Amino acid sequence: MSFRTHVKLSPKDTAPVPRAAVRAGVAGHRPQMPWVDMVVAAAVLVLLYATLRVGQGTTVSFTPGQDVHVSTDPARLPYDAARSLLRMFAALAASTVFTFGYAFAAAKSRRLERILIPALDILQSVPVLGFLTVAVTGFIALFPGSMLGLECASVFAIFTSQAWNMTFGFYQSLISLPRELDELSRSFRFTRWMRFWKVELPAGMIGLVWNGMMSFGGGWFFLVASEAISVNNQNYALPGVGSYAGAAIADGDLGKVGWAVLTMAVMVIGVNFLFWRPLVAWAEKFKNEQSEAGQRQRSVVLDLLRRSHWPRIIGRILRPAGHALARAGRVFGADDRRLHVDRTKQRTGDIVFGTVAGALTLWGLADLARYLNDRTGLGVFGEPLLLGLVTLARVVVLMVAATLVWVPVGVWIGFSPRLTRIAQPLVQVLASFPANFLFPLATWFFLKTGLDINIGGIVLMALGAQWYILFNTIAGAMAIPADLREAMDDLGVTGWQRWKRLIIPGIFPAYVTGGITASGGAWNASIVSEIVTFGTTTLTATGLGAYIAHATDTGDFPHLIAGVAVMSLYVVALNRLLWRPLYRLAEHRYAL
Amino acid sequence: MALSTLHHLRSARYARATLARQTARGPRPADGEVLLSATGLTKSYAGADGELPVLSGIDLTIRAGEVVALLGKSGSGKSTLLRCLAGLIPASSGTVTYKDTPLTGANPGTAMVFQNFALLPWLTVQQNVELGLEAKGVPAAERADAALRAIDLIGLDGFESAYPKELSGGMRQRVGFARALVVEPDVLLMDEPFSALDVLTAENLRGELMELWESGQFPTRSIVLVTHNIEEAVLMADRIVILGSRPYRTIRDEFEVSLDRPRERDSAAFQDLIDRVYRTMTGRPKDLRPTGHPEATDGAGTDKRTPATAALPAASVDGLSGLAEIVLHRGGCCDLADLADDLGLDFDDILPLVDALDLLGFLVVRGDDLLLTSTGAAFAAADVQRSKTLFAEAAMNAPLVKLITSSLRNNPAGTLRAGFFRDLLAHHFTSEQVTRQLETATDWGRYAELYSYDAEPQEYHLETGPSTLRRR
Repeated sequence: MSFRTHVKLSPKDTAPVPRAAVRAGVAGHRPQMPWVDMVVAAAVLVLLYATLRVGQGTTVSFTPGQDVHVSTDPARLPYDAARSLLRMFAALAASTVFTFGYAFAAAKSRRLERILIPALDILQSVPVLGFLTVAVTGFIALFPGSMLGLECASVFAIFTSQAWNMTFGFYQSLISLPRELDELSRSFRFTRWMRFWKVELPAGMIGLVWNGMMSFGGGWFFLVASEAISVNNQNYALPGVGSYAGAAIADGDLGKVGWAVLTMAVMVIGVNFLFWRPLVAWAEKFKNEQSEAGQRQRSVVLDLLRRSHWPRIIGRILRPAGHALARAGRVFGADDRRLHVDRTKQRTGDIVFGTVAGALTLWGLADLARYLNDRTGLGVFGEPLLLGLVTLARVVVLMVAATLVWVPVGVWIGFSPRLTRIAQPLVQVLASFPANFLFPLATWFFLKTGLDINIGGIVLMALGAQWYILFNTIAGAMAIPADLREAMDDLGVTGWQRWKRLIIPGIFPAYVTGGITASGGAWNASIVSEIVTFGTTTLTATGLGAYIAHATDTGDFPHLIAGVAVMSLYVVALNRLLWRPLYRLAEHRYAL
Repeated sequence: MALSTLHHLRSARYARATLARQTARGPRPADGEVLLSATGLTKSYAGADGELPVLSGIDLTIRAGEVVALLGKSGSGKSTLLRCLAGLIPASSGTVTYKDTPLTGANPGTAMVFQNFALLPWLTVQQNVELGLEAKGVPAAERADAALRAIDLIGLDGFESAYPKELSGGMRQRVGFARALVVEPDVLLMDEPFSALDVLTAENLRGELMELWESGQFPTRSIVLVTHNIEEAVLMADRIVILGSRPYRTIRDEFEVSLDRPRERDSAAFQDLIDRVYRTMTGRPKDLRPTGHPEATDGAGTDKRTPATAALPAASVDGLSGLAEIVLHRGGCCDLADLADDLGLDFDDILPLVDALDLLGFLVVRGDDLLLTSTGAAFAAADVQRSKTLFAEAAMNAPLVKLITSSLRNNPAGTLRAGFFRDLLAHHFTSEQVTRQLETATDWGRYAELYSYDAEPQEYHLETGPSTLRRR
């Protein structure tokens, strides 16, 4: 359920949900040559493989204890919840720092940009759950005999689900800084430090906060997936809501699963209310607008905070530190662009850079090919390619079904302001609620009714993915101007004609955004949806997701690499061949 | 008005200078020191085959004590020139120096006032004003002092803690001025600073600014103002530099303005100068000049004009026929400056329309008078269908429209991709200009029903023209 979208807010986008503003990551970056993408995809694959090899080599010295037993006493839940929350926020902090560094490097260096941005595009499409094995083995090796390794692995899994969107969004805001602000900064000879903190970060703040919130919502899924995991025939568990639920499922105790679900719901809603709403409302002040907006984001908590004296007191305490930092930041030099560049020097640098990057990738690719060839032969890619077709079929059925069900509902809700007020926050929570939490209930249902997991898997994948379609359709319908609807009423345009001429074109951009997210999320979810366990029963469907899950379980690295690479290939291909053209069409033809 | 305490040295110098100057032509001495100079400056952007110059052969010197206005139509490169002076964009060739030192980056001796203010909305007025000093590393207490004095000087007292979005446009631009003045640049660069304001606000702000400049309290030694408003240039500047758009791309003319300040708009000298500037701005080189009356057009004259030499002005059919009707109502002849004034339009708004009517042969420009031709009068008086017919005939005077139409007629399928014309034009225009040329040509051709355009496959199709089908 990773968000394959990022929020790019323009000043006029003030809807409570970043509706059409949720732009597609797949379409967001500068046009690139296809070969660049392929080279980068190869490089990412190499990187993945290198990490695996290192992780694998070091696990030998790791002597794991017994399978961890998790207590399922409901009284432990508050503590577990706190631990889970800590992980979520650690991952958010890591994502934010990563975002600043990566996006900044990509935006400032022409050469790095050529590599970093296509890499990000590929990374977005890699099924995050495939990373998990890498992370667990690697981090455990890094902190032998300590829980810290497992903690880091879990945080890393959540991080990988959050960071790419945030980075993409922030990179976009850096490169699309209004020209006048860039000129302001340079003509007044700002320091680089000032430019970042006073101009660039504030200008990108709203997008960053919205993307952070969306990504955080997606992160719950990975929290649940990463707290209790079996890698290489070894079960690991961290204290947390996810592992609690996992243990309750293993016991087949529906009552305790219910407690976990409740705790999860409280956490999702609580964090939204206490953290994200205030942050979103606070970020309003970074809106680059010439006048007060009619509709503003509100937060009771923020109002409360603002009425207290704390902000002022803390501000007064921190101000000297800020001044000191600004002074220290002067070492980064002034924000200036040299008027004259030495073309030959630049050209030489480009060639050297390109050669080194290319050589490293080639070398890694050759090594990977040799590794796979030695272990399994290169035919290892054949099976996942075929299984991918099966999972693809599931994704297609899911998308069609979710569209047929949720688009009419979304339009109905979006056209009614009253319904929207009620439904929108609800859908937002539903979208963040980790669907894998509900899997045991669904599995129990499958067992009772004898529904084939090959069909049931679609339902499981849809549990998380469908909300993005609903969510975006509501936003799209809200964005259709009332006067257009009135004009249609006036002309007597009803029924199918109304859908064809007004509603479908009107919601199209928002729908495409939701569709990209939903289909990406469905692929990712297939890894946990195609193999499900309840109590002692395990149901396995035929598909690429199950293939990857199985390879993870047994620590079969060649198959894991093949599976993850093939799934990434499917996602990238689908994005390039279907979603990106649709997105372009939406931007050019149907932008309201 | 207490900024002087901080800068008593400079202010004292100004005060002395002011006294000395009273006897001369104004209170400000042109003490002659060369602050900025551009030599052989060329700025070009990449085109299809090589560079397309926007500015070429610019020689310009800005001296201490003078207000210089850079005046030109849109597309004349005046803002580009200002940014070259500010060191924000590199010149393609030639040099820009500040006090005899060639620029390598942002000009250390200038500060910029932006057309759309460029205030940081997340900072208060005072924080915005402090930015330049903060960048210089001035300690917090000191820069707060200086900022408050600048805020005071520019008439923003009481707004220190307001956020920009709470302010009116005029107040916002005051923040822009205070922010630039507080760093005491040698040269204040202003990029159409009043054009985003309403007429009254702009008038008031201009007045206050010039009073301040005259009073000697102004902490800069010279001002460069970019504008497309002739009256503004004549009101404010000591020297008006007129930049020509294509085919000139260089300085066309310079006017010294020796009128006393505050300048009287109604005075004969003021009006005379405005008329002279107008004439320079509307004047065309003889060889490129459309012959005007289409009936008097000899083939040779028309053939000389190509889509490159006679670019289509950015004028809509509605706009140009509206102007033709107004001229007709005024008896088919009127003064351009008066017309612009009466309509409350900048010449930037009205000139493309005049150029378009001229190109179509509906109108001729004599000095600063507009004269409707006989076809022009017929066009202005016609009903929709008749005006379409007349327009279709006249549109063939526009080289690009003619090119598209005849290309389509020579094509057996009567269909051509826009890319074909794009490639042809790319030798003479930047890609943005090409887009604008084709947009206008599409608009005109559609109205004339000479051809139609499908945006999706980006194709032009030959049409039969207005006279055949639509007539009952």
